[in-house]
Amino acid sequence: MSLMLTPSQTTGPFVAISFERTTVEDVAPAGVSGERFVIGGRVLDGDGKPVDDAVVETWQANAHGKYAHPEDTREKLLETGFKGFGRVLTDRGGAFRFATIKPGCVTGPDDRLQAPHLVVVVFMRGLLKHLATRVYFPDDPANAEDPILALVPADRRSTLIARQVSSGVLEWNIVLQGENETVFFDY
Amino acid sequence: MTDPAPYRRSYWQTQPEYSYPPYRSTAKRAPTKPLVVAPQTLSEVTGPLFDYDDVKPEEADLTRQHSGEPLGERIIVSGRVLDENGRPLPQALIEIWQANSAGRYRHATDNHDAPLDPNFTGCGRVVTDDEGRYRFKSIKPGAYPWRNHYNAWRPAHVHLSVFGCGLMQRLITQFYFPGDPLLAYDPMYMSVPDERARQRLIAELDWEQTVPEHAIAYRFDIVLRGRDATPMERR
Repeated sequence: MSLMLTPSQTTGPFVAISFERTTVEDVAPAGVSGERFVIGGRVLDGDGKPVDDAVVETWQANAHGKYAHPEDTREKLLETGFKGFGRVLTDRGGAFRFATIKPGCVTGPDDRLQAPHLVVVVFMRGLLKHLATRVYFPDDPANAEDPILALVPADRRSTLIARQVSSGVLEWNIVLQGENETVFFDY
Repeated sequence: MTDPAPYRRSYWQTQPEYSYPPYRSTAKRAPTKPLVVAPQTLSEVTGPLFDYDDVKPEEADLTRQHSGEPLGERIIVSGRVLDENGRPLPQALIEIWQANSAGRYRHATDNHDAPLDPNFTGCGRVVTDDEGRYRFKSIKPGAYPWRNHYNAWRPAHVHLSVFGCGLMQRLITQFYFPGDPLLAYDPMYMSVPDERARQRLIAELDWEQTVPEHAIAYRFDIVLRGRDATPMERR
């Protein structure tokens, strides 16, 4: 049996009336273990203009590399109170910002370890279906062995790696078009 | 750990393309470089899960959020969330947002010259039951103008955001009402290439759920991506 998929449609410009009530800017509540950091950036369109009506959702493992999800059957520690889901809206300047912990490594294809990363899903007016991308951590030696980064053309990999601004502060922009266009994935 | 069984790729032409010139806002926002085809890892097949405790029952009634009743035709919308294999998805979170009966959103940047309704916010949430069923009550939204092209009007629609079992099932969509003559002129509806897939976006009149002398009911089923593996256990 195969039912026909429901098509995606754009969030439109007014999604904030719903999602502003359910943002999760602090992904890791107090007591959750791991290296804490704040990550922020801007969403920019093809003219380099800020996108002020985007939704940025993030998904990540905890510091032990465990997803709070039954399909992650590896014997690793779950931490109460850590879901791993973030949701933020861009402001009038196209900026977004959230606080979380650095995830541990999780298994990838053929049991190869993936470097620590957050999965990012982006919605906005002008996108008829969402975009999926990832953000990795600067200067992490595991990046060199990451099986997903390895699929990305070498000259575009830097679009998936956050920049260290200061201790515990990372910057990462989502660029929709142009020379520095962020790499988006097709699954 | 073995690699997770992948979700099937979206069937050809059931989903819009990113770039769709009739919808002008895609021009500066659709990616221009090729997407990188990647395997679905544990990071993609997992995703946030929600509980009945996360949502209050009254969030499923958009007509009872203020001191008075909103203006407009009362509607009851129900249906099931299923995957492509026909398997119902329990505990799927559905978030709802819409315009009021005059076609105006309660949002600072909605400049449409139509009245706000003090008794209508236009947002709700509901979680599907053990058989993937959901139900909410609202009022039928009005059509409204937008500036995509000369004399552009969006057909009446309700936005739905859905979380299934993992990120591969994440979906945001809109549903429409049967027989709306504006559909054929709407770039968003028309962006779906396959006509049968497009028709999945139209709710059906549902006599069985209609409450005489109170509210008209519509049925809208939501089908998310599926895979061939053994269904996973939830909690």
